[in-house]
Amino acid sequence: MASLADVVGAAQGDIAAHGVVATGLHKAYGPVKALSGVDLEIPAGQTVALLGPNGAGKTTTIDIVLGLLRPDAGEVKVFGLPPGAAVRAGLVGGMLQVGSLVRDMTVRELVSMVGGLYPRPLCVDEVLEATGLLEISGRYTQDLSGGQAQRVRFAIAVVGDPALLVLDEPTVALDVEARREFWASMRGVAARGKTVLFATHYLEEADAFADRVVLMARGRVVADGTPNEVKAKVGTRTIRATLPGPSVAELVALPGVAAAERRGDDVVLQCTDSDLALRALLSRFGEARGIEVRGGSLEEAFVELTSGQPERAGRVGAPA
Amino acid sequence: MSPAAVGTLALPRRKGVGLAALGYLRYDLIKVFRNRRYFVFSLGFPLVLYVVVAGSNHHASFFGVPIKVYYLTGMVSWGSMNAVTSGGGLISLERAVGWSRQLRITPLPAWAYIASKVVRGYVTACVAIVVLYIAALAMNAHLQLDGWLIMTGLVLVGLAPFAALGITLGHTLRPDSLGPALGGISALFALLGGAWGPIAGNSGTFLEVVKLLPSYWLVQAGAAGLTRSAWPLEGWLVVAVWTAVLGWAAALAYRRDTARA
Repeated sequence: MASLADVVGAAQGDIAAHGVVATGLHKAYGPVKALSGVDLEIPAGQTVALLGPNGAGKTTTIDIVLGLLRPDAGEVKVFGLPPGAAVRAGLVGGMLQVGSLVRDMTVRELVSMVGGLYPRPLCVDEVLEATGLLEISGRYTQDLSGGQAQRVRFAIAVVGDPALLVLDEPTVALDVEARREFWASMRGVAARGKTVLFATHYLEEADAFADRVVLMARGRVVADGTPNEVKAKVGTRTIRATLPGPSVAELVALPGVAAAERRGDDVVLQCTDSDLALRALLSRFGEARGIEVRGGSLEEAFVELTSGQPERAGRVGAPA
Repeated sequence: MSPAAVGTLALPRRKGVGLAALGYLRYDLIKVFRNRRYFVFSLGFPLVLYVVVAGSNHHASFFGVPIKVYYLTGMVSWGSMNAVTSGGGLISLERAVGWSRQLRITPLPAWAYIASKVVRGYVTACVAIVVLYIAALAMNAHLQLDGWLIMTGLVLVGLAPFAALGITLGHTLRPDSLGPALGGISALFALLGGAWGPIAGNSGTFLEVVKLLPSYWLVQAGAAGLTRSAWPLEGWLVVAVWTAVLGWAAALAYRRDTARA
C-alpha cells in the first residue's frame, strides 16, 4: 500500500514530466476517419498550438484530451491521470469551439459560479479585470456582444486556475481588434506557468503565441516543432546572395539546399538547413556578397504540409 | 507547477465537491426565479384554473368531497408535475447551447448537475403548491392540519417518477420538440390521473388501468389529505415501480447522451 507521500511524489513526478500525453489516438465517425494515429506529448508549462485546416482533427483531439470524447483506440493522460479524473480534480479549464452562455445570469455570477466549482479559484475581480469584463460584470449574459461573450468564455476557462488550459479556436469569428485584445488578456492571465493547448487556423497566432506548433492534416500530425522548426521543415528559409559564378546545379548540390534559382547576378537558395547551407556557401564560394537569410512564413509551411502532397518531393531543383 | 496544485491531485476533496454542488444549485435557483415567463406559465395556469373552477362551484362537491378541495388536489398535482418535469427539461436547453459540455470540463460531478435540476424542479413545485394552498385557504377550503401535511408529503413522493421523466426527456429530446412533448405528456398524465376531474368513475376496468398511473396517485394524495391516511400499498408500489423504471431510463439517456460527441 503506497503512502500518501508516495502518491504525492509520484503525481509530482508525472506533473513535472508530462502535461498531456496522447498515444496512438484513432477516432472514426461512421466511415469518416477523424484521427488516424495521433501522438502528442506536451511537457508541463508549454504552450502548444494545434494548427490545421478544417477537418484536420483538431477539435476531435481536443475533445479527447478533455474527456468529452472517447477514442476508438489509443490513450490520453493529463498530468498522469485519465482525462475525466484530471477534470474532476480541477486541473483542466477549457474554452470549447461551439457553445453559448446560459441566460439569466450576470457576467460576474457566471464567472463566480464556475470558479466555485474549482478547489482553488482565482479572485473573480482579478479575472474580470484581466479579461476586460469589469465594466460589464453586472450585465446579463444574453445582452453581450459576440466579442464580450467570447471574453466571458475565456474568463470561465481560467477562473479555476487550472494547470492545463485548452482553447479550441478561441478567436474564431472575432475581428482583428478583438483578436488582439483576446491574446493580450490571454498573456496576462494564462501565461503563468500553465500548460496551454490551443487550436487555431490563424497562422500568425500560432507563430506569435506558441512555444511549439503541432500541424495536423487529415487526422494526422504532419509536423511538430517550434514555429521556426516547422518552417524549416519545408525548406522555406531562403538565402539570397550576389554571386555571378556558379551554376544552379552546383548550388543545389550544396548541403542544406533544397532548390536554387538564378536572378541575374543574384542567386536564391531554398534551404532545409540554412545554417549548414550558409557555411557551405561561404567556404565554397568565398566571393559571395550581400548575403541575406530570410525565414519563410508559416503560411508556406502550412500550405505545403497540409495540401496532401508528398513532402518536398517536387521541389528539389525546382526550375526558376 | 505550484505545490498547491499537486496537492489537489493526491488529496480527495470530499467537502469541496459538496460545497461546489451547493454553490452550483444556488445559481440554478437564482436563474429560475429570474425567469418570469416560466413562473407565469407553470404557476399561473393551474392557479387561474383553480380559482375559476373552484370559485364558481363554491359549494358543490364531487363524490362527497368539496370541489374546492377536490380541485385543489388536481391542480396541485398538475402544477407540481409540470414544475418537476421542466426542471429536467432545462437539461435539453443547456445541452442545445453547449453549456452542458462546458460544465463537463469543470470539476462539477454529473450527479451534482442532475441533482441540482431535480432540486430546482422540486423547489418550483413547492412554490406552485404553496401558491395554490394560499388560494385554497382564501376560499375557505378546509382540511385538518395533519391532512395538509399528509397531502403535501404524498405529493412530494408522487413527484419522483416525474422528476426522472424530465431528466430522461431532457437528455433525449432537443428543445424544439421538448416543449410539446413535456406539455403533451404531462397533460395526458394529468387527464388520465383525474387532475382535471374524475374520468374513470368509481369502479371498472378503466379505473383499474388508470390506477397503474403515477398521476392517479398524485391526485389521490389530495384525497389522502381528507381521509388523513396515506396511500394503500398499491399506490406506494405503483409510484416505486414508475420511479425505478423512469430512473433507469434517465440513467440510460444520460449515458447515451454523454458518450456521444
